[in-house]
Amino acid sequence: MVQLTLPKNSKVTTGKTWNAPDGEGTWREFKIYRWTPDDGQNPHIDTYWVNQDQCGPMVLDALLKIKNEIDPTLTFRRSCREGICGSCSMNIDGTNYLACLKGIDEVDGAVSVYPLPHMSVIKDLVPDMTNFYAQHRSIDPWLKTDTPTPPKEWKQSREDREKLDGLYECILCACCSASCPSYWWNSDRYLGPAILLQAYRWVIDSRDEATGERLDNLEDPFRLYRCHTIMNCAKACPKGLSPAKAIAELKKLMVQRRV
Amino acid sequence: MSLRTPLKTARYLGSAKEGADHFWKQRVTAVSNLVLSIAVVAILVSLVGADHLTVAAALKRPEFALPLILLVVSGVIHMRIGMQVIIEDYVHGEGAKIALLMLNTFFAVTVGAASILAVLKLYFGA
Repeated sequence: MVQLTLPKNSKVTTGKTWNAPDGEGTWREFKIYRWTPDDGQNPHIDTYWVNQDQCGPMVLDALLKIKNEIDPTLTFRRSCREGICGSCSMNIDGTNYLACLKGIDEVDGAVSVYPLPHMSVIKDLVPDMTNFYAQHRSIDPWLKTDTPTPPKEWKQSREDREKLDGLYECILCACCSASCPSYWWNSDRYLGPAILLQAYRWVIDSRDEATGERLDNLEDPFRLYRCHTIMNCAKACPKGLSPAKAIAELKKLMVQRRV
Repeated sequence: MSLRTPLKTARYLGSAKEGADHFWKQRVTAVSNLVLSIAVVAILVSLVGADHLTVAAALKRPEFALPLILLVVSGVIHMRIGMQVIIEDYVHGEGAKIALLMLNTFFAVTVGAASILAVLKLYFGA
């Protein structure tokens, strides 16, 4: 059966408080998930206080300030700090989002920060994305053609190009997939919203000649049809995309080619 | 630590190349359930307050018995494939999953056959 409680060694305990509000300023409390494979301890929630007056506006700014000034062992992924790279996806105040796009002021009270749910943790806020990336690789995310490559470029009408809007913007941050209960229970076989949105991006591309082959590879009770239109994906996406809609379009194409 | 590559794991046994039929059947039976439920509710409302003999006599009429039988067939198919999805979602042990999927089919067929038998008994009854 699906495991509804955390395994013994994953039960989260209370950790230590690293500092206290010190002097004037707008102090905000951060409660951050900590776990390291090195000490054999259970994960714990550590508390940090950050003076917002001396910190950038986003949760990522606060995490960087904590790492730079309070606790250099705090581990997380980050790169572009402006919502393009998709590295700093994590669970903030109970929802998956990019730390660089989540304003500290958007959260009431203590800011809780956890890694993306239901993925193995490598350390602190860093989840293991191996399976997610392998699933992306499995849908062949590149242009597939049999016609010899034209000398200049594969042409596409404006209308066909517009069909990629709402799809090409995906940055593979996994906020959607890690918010999807179907993906939580069956991530070994279900591709999840992010990968299915990517799959649809190639299925609907007017230049791609492997449409049927792509649909064949997706038509599977687990790969595609574990989606039950829960819609958490569309709510979670920090780029405002709708993986749920892309999946619905895939399901429509599956019916279209047989009735 | 597995020595298999992540891609090998992700591809698993490949695509089953089915699922669209299941998806389509669920939609078709959802629509037929809606239409047939309205018809059956109308039949039930028309029989409110009637005694046993009146109801038994009413079910001898094909326009009453047929929607009931069709709703049983449509409802049971919908119930079976819906429960199949729930079992596949939540039951991960291969043995338990196969056993439950079989039980699900047996249960649906039994409930469906018994319900149809009950309607036919009244339809053909003396």
